[in-house]
Formats: sequence, C-alpha cells, structure tokens
Amino acid sequence: MATVTIAFFALPLLALMQRARWSTLWSDLTTGPALDALRLSVACAAAATALSLVFGTPLAWVLARTRMRGRRLVRALVLLPMILPPVVGGVALLAAFSLNSPLGGWLHDALDIQLTFSPAAVIMAQTFVAMPFYVITVEGALSHVDPRFEDVAGTLGAGPLAVFRKVTLPLIAPSVAAGAVLAFARALGEFGATVTFAGNIAGRTQTLPLAVYLRLEADPPAAIALSFVLVAVAVFALVSMRGHWFRT
Amino acid sequence: MSLKIDMTVEVGATTVSVDIDAPAGQVTALLGPNGAGKTTVLRCVAGNVAIDDGVIALGDTILDRPPDTFVAPPRRGVGIVYQDHLLLPHLDALDNVAFGPRCHGRSRSEARAIAAQSLERLGVGALARARPGTLSGGEAQRVAIARALASDPNVLLLDEPLGALDAGTRTEVRRDLGAFLASFAGPAILVTHDPIDALALADRVVILEHGTVTQTGTVAEITSHPASRYVADLIGTNLLRGRGHGTTITTSSGATLTAADPLDGPVLVTIAPNAIALHRSEPEGSSRNRWPTTVLHIDGFGDRTRVQLGPPIALVAEITAAAARDLNLFVGDAVWISVKATEIAAYAD
Repeated sequence: MATVTIAFFALPLLALMQRARWSTLWSDLTTGPALDALRLSVACAAAATALSLVFGTPLAWVLARTRMRGRRLVRALVLLPMILPPVVGGVALLAAFSLNSPLGGWLHDALDIQLTFSPAAVIMAQTFVAMPFYVITVEGALSHVDPRFEDVAGTLGAGPLAVFRKVTLPLIAPSVAAGAVLAFARALGEFGATVTFAGNIAGRTQTLPLAVYLRLEADPPAAIALSFVLVAVAVFALVSMRGHWFRT
Repeated sequence: MSLKIDMTVEVGATTVSVDIDAPAGQVTALLGPNGAGKTTVLRCVAGNVAIDDGVIALGDTILDRPPDTFVAPPRRGVGIVYQDHLLLPHLDALDNVAFGPRCHGRSRSEARAIAAQSLERLGVGALARARPGTLSGGEAQRVAIARALASDPNVLLLDEPLGALDAGTRTEVRRDLGAFLASFAGPAILVTHDPIDALALADRVVILEHGTVTQTGTVAEITSHPASRYVADLIGTNLLRGRGHGTTITTSSGATLTAADPLDGPVLVTIAPNAIALHRSEPEGSSRNRWPTTVLHIDGFGDRTRVQLGPPIALVAEITAAAARDLNLFVGDAVWISVKATEIAAYAD
C-alpha cells in the first residue's frame, strides 16, 4: 500500500521531468512573455510576503498573547482562507472590491483607484491566501516563548517596543523566516483567487501559474519549463521548513 | 530606602494578601510551600503583575497603589534573578549583561564596559563571549546575577537563585552571591526552600502560607521558635556555623562536634531535630556526640514535642509526645543528648 502511495506522489514529478524539453529549457524560460510572468510573480509574491510580515506579525501577537474577546473567532476568520477554495476567495474579493461593490465603487469615484484587473489585485489575492500560513506559524512560535524572558527584559529597562524588537523577535526569528518562506511559496503558486479577482492580462496580472495553464495548450514544453520554476521554489520552501513543520 | 509591600492580589483561584517590610541593606528570605504566593509577590514588586489593593513603595516612591499609581517595570529599578537563568539565547554573556545599561541609554561600548566589570565581579569575566547554551548551570546563574547587577538596581529579587544547581556548584555560587549581597545597599528579597540558603544569605525570614504571612523574624528566631508544625518541618532545623578540621568541627560557640565526613575550613552545619536523642543519664552506645545539658523550653505540636536545649550548644530536639511523657521532662531538668556523627550534616561555607 505504502509503495502505491509513494508512486502516486513520485510519478507525476518524474513524468514532468521526462516530458521536459531540456534542450530549449533555458530559452523557453527567457522568452519575453515567460520573463514577464516570472518578474510579475516574484514581485507580487514578495509584496504579499512583505504585507504578511507587516500586518500578520501584530495579529499573531494579539492571538498568542492577549485574552481579547472573540480571539477564537478572529483566528478562525484568518485561517479560513487556508481551507477555502481559492476561487471562492477570489469571488469574495470581487464582491468586496469590484467597481459594482460599494467599497470598490467609492474607491473608483473618490480616489480614482480601480483594484480589479490590476497588479494590486494580484497582491491582494495572494496576501489573502498566503498570510494565514505566516500568522499560524508565528502565533505558534509566540505561544512557546516563555513570557518571563520579556518580563526580565522589562525589569532591565526595556519598554514594550524594545522588548518586542530585542527579545521577542529574535526568539521567534526562525519561525518568522519559516512563515515568510511558506507565505512566499503559497503566494507564488496562487491561481484561483488571482484569476478570479485580477484576471489574466499578460504583463499586468498574468502570474506564473496562470502562464503555465494558458501555455499548456499551445506550447506544452514551455509550460513544463515554467512549472520547474514553481517546483524549485516549493522544494526550497520544504528545505527551509525542515525541522519546523515536520521532521526529516 | 526600605521596600514596603502591603498588597492584595488575586491570581487565578488564590488570593495573596501580605504586609512585608524589606529593610535596605538586608536580605529578606521568603519561604513557603509551592503555591503560597512567593513568586506572585516578586512579580508584583517587579511590576509584571499589578496589585488589586494596597501599596508597594520603595522609600518615598510609590511603585504601585491602585487605582491611581502604577510605575511600569522598566522604570522601577528592580533587578530579578530566576531559578532558570533566562539569559537571552541569541546574545552572548557580555551582551546579555549589557542589555540593561543599553536600555538605560548607554552607548554600546559603555554598556559593554559595565557588563565586563559586572561579569568580572561574579568571577565569569572569561566567559564574556560565550553563548548561554554553552554555559554550565553555575556559570549561567552567575551571568544572570551579573546582568541584574549591571543595571544598578535599587531592589534585588532572587527567585530560588540556587534551586537549579547541583550541590557542589550551589555552595560556590551561594558563597559568591552572599559576598555580593553583603555589599548591596538596597533591599533584597530571596525566595528559597532551603534553610541553608536562608541561614547563609538572609537576615530576616518571612513565612508565607496560602497567600498570607504566618511568621516573621530573624533566621535564628524562626529556626528555634517555629510557629507552626509546617514551619518546623520546613526550616525548624538546627543551623550552626563553625570551622572544620577533618571530621572535627569547632562551632562558633566553642563546642566541638564529630562529623562522619571530613571537611576543612568554614562550615555550615545542620542537625535535624529528630536526630537528637534525649536521655535521663549518660547514654551507653556508640554515639560520638554526647554531652549533658539543660531543658530551656518545651513546645508541643500534636504528636511531636520540641525541646529547646541550653549550652554548650543551643539546639532543638524533636521527640514523640510518647517519648516526652516517658522521660517526664520539665523546664530546667538536666538531660544528656546524643547525636550520631552521620547526622551532623556539614557544608562548606
């Protein structure tokens, strides 16, 4: 049974390598449209990761450290995108921010901002899906930090912000890094929410996974070449997670 | 500046309500069973827990007096040392100790100079560049004490500072901690379970049970007159200072004892009260420590009787109430005592 299971996971990867057109791999990756998708993907995923760090860290702290009312509800709300079908996330984002929605309409009329079908929408869709991975990783780390470390630092003269910066953050640094890598990998692979909320405009909202899907019909070897980039990022994320989410 | 702690606080299901004065230049030991509220008192003084009622004041400075005054921990000038040193794992020993001075606005080089001096004072100057993970228990605890000291605290709180150390290390760190405390001008509070620590380090003892103070006094008063059976069991042992020459110990009052194991130099000696046998006449047998003395006082604690004995060595013996009846003891009676050499527990001081 276990052999069958291993084969089930190994076979697709081996097939991918077998079907690859190695001779033109590099040129397939460096064509104009492929490079555009690559650049857009990396930039947007990096932005989504940065947003996760900036907004996710305080949230993780609140969830791990405070006795705030409704904490469980907030945690459930934040973790929902992890199990929600991404396309549903995209539909929900559309409902909230499209030109037909009150908020999206107001943004357009008052500030002349249209989120849908823009790179900003790509970043929003990716952040929506990826940030929960960061929050849950950092929250877990925070709840394992002995609060007396922070107490001692306080008695030594450090204010709350200095305690966070000089004590808490260094203590959870490995988890912050792991959470960021995980969020980046998830953002880079985002498909459903992106295509729904941001569309599939080459050079503007067409990320790597969208390019792979689109090219599968017309130019399978190119699609496989782009897939390798995503596989490489996933492997890198796994190696970074080693001993963190699982043992090897 | 003495520290006044007159506070009530509810923590979980327990209410801690105490009134303790810790005088400047003295070490006040806080003893009590687990869950009595000892650590809670320390956390309130440090400002990590706000009190519900009462006042905590250092001299004329109010640190906490609900509802109007609460000084945040960084502004209290309280140094704290925990049983598990709690050194920051990502900083080396020097930067751990320099943390306090840095927070108080010193430049990096100034802070490190202060830290190096502080480490030197605790005898761990050579370990400045070591990470906490590579230090032994005794070394780490010395660094932790150096860290508390480097911030030049007004108050020192020691929460079982020797509790995690093995016997040999414990003796050494205790001696160095004692030397440091002797030169500390502010009030110090020491939470401990060990009567030896209390005798070696503390001037006064406060017994805490179920969140309230049940007895206060000097170490000698508490060990010789425990107010309850609990206190008697906890700390009501015979504590003596003296000097060892092989297996012979000369006590500070000039009497001699024979111990089983040789030890040279200054020693602390404990003799469990129930290890002292009382006799109406000179006992037969092999006890190497025996002498005549007089009964000064008799206290009954249920089925046990504590008998205070006079010169040559002031001791307390604990015998069963039945044995006390058989001996028919009265205050002023002449008795013989005997103690086996193996019951004389000596520690390097």
